[in-house]
Amino acid sequence: MGNACAIVGIGQSERYKSKIKKSMAGLVREAALNALADAGCTWADIDAVIIGKAPDFFEGVVMPELFLADALGCVGKPMMRVHTAGSVGGSTAIVAATHIQSGVFKRVLTVAYEKQSESNAMWALSTRQPFSPHLNAGAGGFFAPIIREYKRRTGAPDDIGCKVALKDRTHALKNPHAHMHEPAENLTLENYMDSMMLWDPIRYAEVCPSSDGACAMVLCNEDLAKKSPNKPAWVLGTAMKSEPTMYPWREEVNPQAGINCAKEVYSQAGIVNPRKDLDMAEVYVPFSWYEPMWLENLGFADVGEGWKLSDSGATSLDRGGDIPWNVSGGVLSSNPIGASGMIRFAEAALQVRGMAGERQVPGCKKALGHAYGGGAQFFSMWVVGSEKR
Amino acid sequence: MSEKNIELIECPIVLNYNFSAGRAPTQFLRSMKQGKLVGQRSPLTGKVIVPPRGACPESGQPTTEEVPLPDTGTVITFTIVYLPIPTSALEPPFVVANLVLDGSDQTFIHLVSGCKNEDVQIGMRVKAVWKDKSEWDYSMDNIAYFAPTGEPNVDIVALKASRLEEARRYVKAQGEKK
Amino acid sequence: MREVAIVAYAQTPLVRDCGARNDVELVMDVVNAVKQQTGFTNKDLDFFCSGSCDYLGGSAFAFVNALDALGAVPPIAESHVEMDAAWALYEAWLKIQTGHANTALVYGFGKCSQGDLPDVLTLQLDPYYTQPLWPDTISLAALQARALLDAGRITEEDMARVVQKSRRNAMKKSNAQLKGEYSIEQLLAQPMLTSPLRRHDCPPVTDGASAVILATREVAEKLHKRNAYITGIDHRIEAHQLGSRDLLNSSSTKIAGEGAGVKKGKVDIAELHTPFSFQELMVKAALGLDDSTVINPSGGPLAGNIMMSAGLSNFGEVAMRIIKGEANRGVAHATSGACLQQNLVAVLEGK
Repeated sequence: MGNACAIVGIGQSERYKSKIKKSMAGLVREAALNALADAGCTWADIDAVIIGKAPDFFEGVVMPELFLADALGCVGKPMMRVHTAGSVGGSTAIVAATHIQSGVFKRVLTVAYEKQSESNAMWALSTRQPFSPHLNAGAGGFFAPIIREYKRRTGAPDDIGCKVALKDRTHALKNPHAHMHEPAENLTLENYMDSMMLWDPIRYAEVCPSSDGACAMVLCNEDLAKKSPNKPAWVLGTAMKSEPTMYPWREEVNPQAGINCAKEVYSQAGIVNPRKDLDMAEVYVPFSWYEPMWLENLGFADVGEGWKLSDSGATSLDRGGDIPWNVSGGVLSSNPIGASGMIRFAEAALQVRGMAGERQVPGCKKALGHAYGGGAQFFSMWVVGSEKR
Repeated sequence: MSEKNIELIECPIVLNYNFSAGRAPTQFLRSMKQGKLVGQRSPLTGKVIVPPRGACPESGQPTTEEVPLPDTGTVITFTIVYLPIPTSALEPPFVVANLVLDGSDQTFIHLVSGCKNEDVQIGMRVKAVWKDKSEWDYSMDNIAYFAPTGEPNVDIVALKASRLEEARRYVKAQGEKK
Repeated sequence: MREVAIVAYAQTPLVRDCGARNDVELVMDVVNAVKQQTGFTNKDLDFFCSGSCDYLGGSAFAFVNALDALGAVPPIAESHVEMDAAWALYEAWLKIQTGHANTALVYGFGKCSQGDLPDVLTLQLDPYYTQPLWPDTISLAALQARALLDAGRITEEDMARVVQKSRRNAMKKSNAQLKGEYSIEQLLAQPMLTSPLRRHDCPPVTDGASAVILATREVAEKLHKRNAYITGIDHRIEAHQLGSRDLLNSSSTKIAGEGAGVKKGKVDIAELHTPFSFQELMVKAALGLDDSTVINPSGGPLAGNIMMSAGLSNFGEVAMRIIKGEANRGVAHATSGACLQQNLVAVLEGK
């Protein structure tokens, strides 16, 4: 539906870190310049900029697109700022794609970033809700009970979370941008199982880091894609679905909004059997137990069977799995919250362009980018392919 | 001129806010001050929400009917927190649970204590342990924590099914009244 | 381009402090009102988009709670911008252009009474060079007003006339916050707040919410005999640092106005989101409007200014007047950032 949309440039921070010594303007500009270079473009070639990031509380700047306009070459142009909590990086990419698919714009730049080292992300995620007991233990405290219920339902063995984390951190070693490049001696199951319990059943090793970073993409229409120096990726489907964080007897382990979002994006992209029809997926997994849960939610495994798929090595590139998940290292290896969704979407595009270097999934033609936010209630997904629809 | 590059500036930000609870939460908090837990029922779905937040999230309509509730409930799920919560005095490890009060349909979080953390289970029956009346304010904090009652655990899947059935019956009865 | 009309509009009464009502309760009113106006339920709405700002109310993820007001079960296609909801309308309009949606509900809200608004808005400024000096929005607007006065572009009487007109027009609107009949002398006799601005040159602090529904022609024709179609829409941003841009001219409004095709026909009415009195004169000039256009028949932001929704409200105000036959062609404008840094302009026409 709508005009064809291609991804012709992808740029990221050179390396995601807990503290990047750049200003916010420098951070986004670095990613944007890398994307423009990849696309063979300059600032003048961009019609509009769509920027996304998570809550402004993370940096203490309200509506930062206002002060970043100059750094992103946007003076005199349209600029929009998307904010859909943790899924924002993905939603931003989708809004950018909408700009092209509408036919109103020919080529746009989209950027997502987070500079969480400026403030205190844990604090920002646990601010006291007035009139409520002060028990918000951050994102981990919110998701741990849901993971507990998943384990109860499925009887999954205790080590699945650590196994998934090990896999993603091993993947990360091949990604020069990833925040966590763990030394080989750390990457053992015993070591991970021994790590400190934070919010039972989530262990320290099973948790994403807190990172600074930015990711950018250049999207354009079909005519301009023909002229791009590097192979484009094509948007085959996009979907966004939301549901309330809390409602009576809400199914939190396998959220309906995620199921519906996946159904819609698969339908647009002609995906019938995700495990077979997709060559890889970049999925928002900030706490490693979410891989088995999302394998089920996204239709890669039957309900109750997700952990078996993770255990089998099917999602591991190093073990030759048939459906590698998070070869970039995933959110578990780098998490600049506002950018993480876009990093997933960008990695999927990078893979189908065949430009992922050492971590390239061989023969990758179709890939899924996924992001979620809030209390696992905002979902944004896209499917990209090496060929136009 | 100093040779050292300036890499960091500290800019403290202090903003003061006056929060308003909202109409529905205010009604709830007034009851809490009296030591009573009062939920609100959604007219369209028949489900009872506590604490109420103004709208029934499923229908987007105001919750209206007040429903007094007992201070007993069931642990739907929980976590044991080992990492201190910023700006909280609570010393880890402690249990934060998603609880559903008897007669209501939406979980809320609160502490579970009065037993070993390791003994808390999904489906466990709990009862509120209130602070001394003299400390009561407009807050869920009037309840210090929930403690196990000693009753046998509940099958939470069956609980959900029976509550949904209850809501369906309520809606049907309302429809027949008209 | 697909023809998109604004087919419903609702706004809460404009008040300084809405009291014990939270975001959800404010949004419920307007969302349910526009659904009732059209007879739509969520099944009939293909897309939802909102605008709000966490810092206004002081809690991260405020917009997440507001979702309760939509009844998002089963799940809905929904997005959010941390900007005035006029930009959420733009996102929805684009979505409809792709063919992925035929209808959209757009809403915005702001509970500004909870915080100290001028201080909150100071945080919009460059965090390295400007914000640490804590210049508030009123002082920044005052700088711009002073520049205009010294350049001889406007006079204090001009500013007072804008205020007089706003207060007078607002008398026709039952739920406006500030209204009344004032003489120029009365207004000029008031003391300075932050010179050269008097209190009445500044927007009031307002709590509220507003919502509109967008629909394609096929749907709109079933709802109204006469509809208000968006025939042009564009938005632009200027440089951030005050010293890097021309404070005397709203250049982004000019470009956006050209992009929206404002001058392609007569403009009967214009609802301009110009929070400070003198800014109305700047935007009027930038759009090339003359005295034949009735500006801010609703009273404008001086009569009530819901942060994050005032721009969206302007779309509703213009559309409803067109639908009622009070006007044929109108302009809706929204702004963001200190001293009119970013501007959105749309042209609506009746058919």
